[in-house]
Amino acid sequence: MQKFNKLKSIPAYLPIVNIDTDMIIPKQFLKTIKRTGLGKNLFFEMRYDDQGKEINDFALNQNPYNGSKILIAGKNFGCGSSREHAPWALLDFGITCIISSSYADIFYSNCFKNGILPIILEEEKIKELSEYANRKEEIFVDLKEEKVVYGNNEIKFKVDPFKKKCLLEGLDDIALSLKKSDKIESFENDLKNTKPWIFND
Amino acid sequence: MSTTLYDKIWNDHLVDQQDDGTALLFVDRHLVHEVTSPQAFEGLRNSNRKVRHPNLTLAVADHNVPTTDRTKGISDKESKIQVDTLEANCKEFNIQLFGMDDKRQGIVHIIGPEQGFTQPGTVIVCGDSHTATHGAFGSLAFGIGTSEVEHVLATQTLVQKKAKNFRINVDGKLPLGVTSKDVILQIIGKIGTAGGTGCVIEYAGDLVRSLSVEQRMTICNMTIEGGARAGLIAPDEKIFKYLKGKPMSPKGDSWEKALNYWNNLKTDSGAIFDKEINLNAGEILPMITWGTSPQDVITINDKVPNPNSEKDEDKKNSIERSLKYMGLKPDMSATDIKIDKVFIGSCTNGRIEDLREAAKILKDKKISSHVNAIVVPGSGLVKEQAEQEGLDKIFVNSGFEWREPGCSMCLAMNADKLKPEERCASTSNRNFEGRQGRGGRTHLVSPGMAAAAAISGNLDDVRKYQN
Repeated sequence: MQKFNKLKSIPAYLPIVNIDTDMIIPKQFLKTIKRTGLGKNLFFEMRYDDQGKEINDFALNQNPYNGSKILIAGKNFGCGSSREHAPWALLDFGITCIISSSYADIFYSNCFKNGILPIILEEEKIKELSEYANRKEEIFVDLKEEKVVYGNNEIKFKVDPFKKKCLLEGLDDIALSLKKSDKIESFENDLKNTKPWIFND
Repeated sequence: MSTTLYDKIWNDHLVDQQDDGTALLFVDRHLVHEVTSPQAFEGLRNSNRKVRHPNLTLAVADHNVPTTDRTKGISDKESKIQVDTLEANCKEFNIQLFGMDDKRQGIVHIIGPEQGFTQPGTVIVCGDSHTATHGAFGSLAFGIGTSEVEHVLATQTLVQKKAKNFRINVDGKLPLGVTSKDVILQIIGKIGTAGGTGCVIEYAGDLVRSLSVEQRMTICNMTIEGGARAGLIAPDEKIFKYLKGKPMSPKGDSWEKALNYWNNLKTDSGAIFDKEINLNAGEILPMITWGTSPQDVITINDKVPNPNSEKDEDKKNSIERSLKYMGLKPDMSATDIKIDKVFIGSCTNGRIEDLREAAKILKDKKISSHVNAIVVPGSGLVKEQAEQEGLDKIFVNSGFEWREPGCSMCLAMNADKLKPEERCASTSNRNFEGRQGRGGRTHLVSPGMAAAAAISGNLDDVRKYQN
């Protein structure tokens, strides 16, 4: 997994609440058996018209937002389907940091598995930061220090220490869990005695 | 100390707990389907890893399968690749698969319970957000992403942080024509689509206990639409009776041991919940959704909301956006919403009781001439049972198409989809923009309400058609 440490970018702003994963990447693109190549279809229905032409009004079609690495959006971002194609599409587009006042649980954890940092800030701070998108000014995200720097201001955010470590070091959590194989095995042995029906024995 | 049902299942599955609260949780049952698994199997191959417990894993193709004649296979090239890939992966990793021509094939959340793969007190995961369905059996069941699918395949565990305890008590009796679908829509309307974020919801109260196993599944299924990853209900005699004798249920001595364990799966009196709300079942009416989020609910007697009566700017914008997408006018009556299509099916309402409920309304009636309606049974076994009861004939005689099992128009990954601006009364779970096809307009309803809409040609009150 790609590491996440520091990031500087002009943010893109989508002032929509409850952006669901169907909106982020519609079902016709879930038929892939790969993780890559989804970026061109990110926000497909808002981004392209019926003829497949880019809709100019949509922020991510405009310069400089088509190169934004940071996306600011309304609350409850990523609700709905568990499809990891949503973070894959964001990542493939180039977005590695999202700022919202809240996220749906499954989407939130999917981000961390893909080197994307989802930041939670209060709504009034979201409004302040969205001004930087409107003015096309850069903001700066520092995961290690857990802060967003904008203009002469900075604001702290919180992130789970284990998730932070995995992002900073780009750790593969399967490898981490497999280091606990002894514990898993001993749990399974107990289980065979206490709940024999689990293993269909 | 008094603990909740969620606490008990959690504690019983802890393989390891780090000082920072991150836990490694054992997974008893893993369901796999074709859409969210190919990249996980690919990951295993790339790292030379095996599936730790193939026998705790069950796979089925459901999202991409055609619901029309299957003898010619899948015509869509990409869908076919995905279904074929699942088959090849299951073979390579030695996982049991219900293929497209297997009678037991169906929607992943319908076949789990049907086979007795779903059991009380277990941790069940699947790369699908509606895994919450299995919580009806008193299991901790939740949807995961593809990276987590890979993690479970490789380790039979999952890295998790404990969620908050949220209890929703529903007491009283449901009025005639009101179903568990209306209950869950009412709950989502009340708590909002993010109301359960970070929580596991336990549904309790005498109404919940009075519901059948299948009705409970409908409630738990849509828990994710209220933002909670998992919803659960304490298992009871109804659950045990349902599971007894199912192909994958414990047998003989194992059954007795399991039953002994299952009987203790309940929240202690005095257990503390982080959040709790109460609902009176007697006040719930047949519900519909008018907008593009499952929280956009009104009763069939209500009018579509007017953005001008909303003071909060974000909410006002959100209502305007939804009304525009849905092609509705503020303040219009729910019953004035004319429909083009009806879809009965999905993991929310594709079980035998759902089909019976719709068939009861449709018996000896014809659907409106401008309505195109399909019924997609949740599994091959549901289809077979319905045909034995003659329900297929009732549907076909009324003007419905009787289809093969799968996810179908709930998410329109196969050929079943809405055209732009087509309007559908649907028994599924999501009314998001484009969910049932680009530009398609979805109104979520119960199976009885879907049948009533098919007959009337507009959203209508199911109670009108009840004898």
